[in-house]
Amino acid sequence: MADVFLNGVSKAFDDHQAVANLDLKIADGEFVVLLGPTGAGKTTTLRLVAGLEKPDSGSIEIGGHDATRLEPAERDVAFVFQQYSLYPHLSVYENLAFPLRSPARRMPDDQIRRRVEEVARMVRIHHKLDNRSTKLSGGEMQRVAIGRALVRKPAIYLMDEPLSSLDAKLRAELRLELKRIQAELGSTVLYVTHDQIEAMTMADRIGILADGLLVQIGSPRAIYMEPANLHVAARLGQPAINLIPVGLLPDAAVPTGTKTIGARTEHLTIEKSANGHGDGTIDWVEHLGDQNHLHLTVKDRKLITLTDTDTPFRKGDAVTVRYRAPLFFDGAGNRISG
Amino acid sequence: MSATAHSVVEPSKVSRRIAGSVVVVYALVSMIPLFWILATSFKTPPDSISYPPKVIFTPSIEGYCNLFTTRTRQTAEYIASLPPAETFCDETTRKRNMVIAGQSNFLPRFVNSLIIAFGSTFCAVFLGTLAAYGFSRFKVPLADDLLFFILSTRMMPPIAVAIPIYLMYRELGLSDTALGMILLYTAVNVSLAVWLLKGFIDEIPREYEEAAMIDGYTRMQSFFKVVLPQATTGIAATAIFCLIFAWNEYAFASLLTSGTAQTAPPFIPTIIGEGGQDWPAVAAGTTVFLVPILVFTILLRKQLLRGITFGAVRK
Repeated sequence: MADVFLNGVSKAFDDHQAVANLDLKIADGEFVVLLGPTGAGKTTTLRLVAGLEKPDSGSIEIGGHDATRLEPAERDVAFVFQQYSLYPHLSVYENLAFPLRSPARRMPDDQIRRRVEEVARMVRIHHKLDNRSTKLSGGEMQRVAIGRALVRKPAIYLMDEPLSSLDAKLRAELRLELKRIQAELGSTVLYVTHDQIEAMTMADRIGILADGLLVQIGSPRAIYMEPANLHVAARLGQPAINLIPVGLLPDAAVPTGTKTIGARTEHLTIEKSANGHGDGTIDWVEHLGDQNHLHLTVKDRKLITLTDTDTPFRKGDAVTVRYRAPLFFDGAGNRISG
Repeated sequence: MSATAHSVVEPSKVSRRIAGSVVVVYALVSMIPLFWILATSFKTPPDSISYPPKVIFTPSIEGYCNLFTTRTRQTAEYIASLPPAETFCDETTRKRNMVIAGQSNFLPRFVNSLIIAFGSTFCAVFLGTLAAYGFSRFKVPLADDLLFFILSTRMMPPIAVAIPIYLMYRELGLSDTALGMILLYTAVNVSLAVWLLKGFIDEIPREYEEAAMIDGYTRMQSFFKVVLPQATTGIAATAIFCLIFAWNEYAFASLLTSGTAQTAPPFIPTIIGEGGQDWPAVAAGTTVFLVPILVFTILLRKQLLRGITFGAVRK
């Protein structure tokens, strides 16, 4: 395990700037999640750290050594691919043993067996070691893929949306397991996803990427509570944050320069209006089981927020809507700290 | 699927039966010449030229005797003075007032064919795999033009370049050498190999090599450990195509080889000239000549079938 530093790393493909002047410091034992939409440069960042791509400029340091020009094999990193990439011609055991058998390591066979069995138990695949890797279910394949990274003790684990091709239940399960293993081993992980729940639950720090730029990096709480700009605010929260122009609702104390007010569920107080004249009306109540989405219209704006399962609101109700310490953004989209 | 369900894409029983019959009839028709060669190889020379042709006959291995031996005509007295015949071949030869003088050239020619065909196939597939991998994975400048150029070597009948190659080979001392023939067949086959194999290697996701490279292997090592095992289907299919071409090639073989490096195809017709029209011997030579390619194809038939349908199924 070791620190990993990216210093001003840029990478372009033809005329598309995939990563622009990226600075990122990952401390030893830290779980950093890069969150962003497709094409934001998340995967490119991982591939740069892995050495599968060479940066156009900037440098990458792994464990105190300059790794910018090193081959992937010399970098001491492990990679979990989105599509598992298990070697289809090998058994589960051989897949897990593959990194240990590399000519660079030359680990003796009995040691390989011990290590593979240890890791197989950790990712709960030890009962399938003799299976062909193509004869596994998606969840099992992904366990093997994670196990193949874990058999080594690299400076950093790089994971590229490892859970994205699994169904929701399995994803939730493996998410917990992955976090448990990471905490147990104290591993350094750089993890890429577009799933905000994965990011929020697993990360020590979340980095928000947009168009190749690192927009903000911080603890999940900081990213959620104090987003640097509209883009970051819109990435987190379910349902998505309501972006409301100033003046639509009776604003309390709005800082000067505010153009947009960001209101998540917890930033809105909604009550049935007493006299039938409210700020808006309820469009419908969407029952999700454990919670309800409340859709309402305020003048010509549609807002979505949450409400209790035993909500008193009905379709067509007139309601008053008030802010409760919302987020303020200026004309350029940056947040104004109130 | 139940028996009554009628799928749009699945052929009905009737059409499947019609298709099956057509295939069987076609296969039988195409196998008639092969059957005739096999039958002739087991006929005696008089049976082989009898009219009307004999479909039912007493089999004899005289053709095979004549294929592997050379014989000289002798007087009946001389033959009578010899010790009793030891083998069937001795006996049949003596009945025709001849004795076996020695081994024919068929075996060495056959071995030449084996060396040249398998040697050139190995070279073509080896070079083709590496080149295909390069074209598939790296940014090769002018890759499309290069691939077109490689293919263009097959756009003319090979015999069009026969004279330049003949002169070139004479100057270089490659005429009538196994090396010369291996180089020539490799050059012809490598274009086919590159094109076929590039398709197969394109289908193998890069992530496997990337995973292997991160796992501590060099690119070369991951090529052998990860790419090659997954390309076996394509390699087998390509190898069969290359082998069939090199094995059957006649024009260049008869032009460039006449002695020590002569392959079987130009040799087999010369059997006719040795002591009358010996059709059973020619048929026997052809039959023996068919065996290696048959064995090779049967051994690799699974890969070959998968290879042929590969693009269609996967894309």
